[in-house]
Amino acid sequence: MLTTGTIIFGVFALVVIASALGMLLSRNAIYAALFLVLNFATVAVLYLILGAPFIALVQITVYAGSIMVLFLFVIMLLGAEKLPAGEPLGHHRWIALLFGLVFLAELALFLVYRAGMRAAVNTPPLEFGSPAAVGMSLFQKYALPFEITGFILVVATVGAILLTRGEGFKGRKRTLEIQSQDK
Amino acid sequence: MIPIEYFVGLSIIMFVSGITGVLLRRNALVVFMSLELMFNAANLLFVTFAAYYQLLAGQLFVFFVMTVAAAEVAVGLALMVEIFKTKKSIDIDQMNSMKG
Repeated sequence: MLTTGTIIFGVFALVVIASALGMLLSRNAIYAALFLVLNFATVAVLYLILGAPFIALVQITVYAGSIMVLFLFVIMLLGAEKLPAGEPLGHHRWIALLFGLVFLAELALFLVYRAGMRAAVNTPPLEFGSPAAVGMSLFQKYALPFEITGFILVVATVGAILLTRGEGFKGRKRTLEIQSQDK
Repeated sequence: MIPIEYFVGLSIIMFVSGITGVLLRRNALVVFMSLELMFNAANLLFVTFAAYYQLLAGQLFVFFVMTVAAAEVAVGLALMVEIFKTKKSIDIDQMNSMKG
């Protein structure tokens, strides 16, 4: 019994799987990043199907927008889009594939034997995952985790600036002193 | 209505391809992207079960995972730039010494 919802889900699931595999197998890191953007956008559509419009839009703006732009920026900054030519770890690749397949088989067996739910996900009521409902819950019940997340973001920003500041104030002062001694 | 196993299976496939990417790839940036793929698989599972049990807490957890992932990406990419400055490469085989 193929309902319309199942067919739509199947199409998007195929896009998700194909873009994940494309990210995994593409040699060029920029193509990998673009496949990942496609993956995130398609998963956002699945969030819409599951009745989570706020999370879907956050997924598109934060993940597919800012995080992947940051990735592309760093890839182009470092010029790291091509893999190194030589592959000295040839047989490790097969071991990695083997581990991946074993893990996949394990999870699939878990899904087949242990889950056994066979229940359908009902589409929630329209106001379930709306921005208003999520915001009310976020600022009332989950206010403390929200504040802690903001603190984590500030710490991460300061840490990223500190890591990449280059020579820093002290180093620049020293180069100025050296330049003035040369004169 | 879509059976819940479909979503769980899709999440499993995404997670396994992420883990295979971490094991398989040598470009550190692609390894990082595979980590993001695994985050995404876990988020899909959270949203699925939030819809299944009609509980909003699952969606809020996804929100927190996303913000922490954004912070992690910022610090991680800064580390990557710094490693590239010292090693002139982001091949993860080169990252084998603690002292630059």
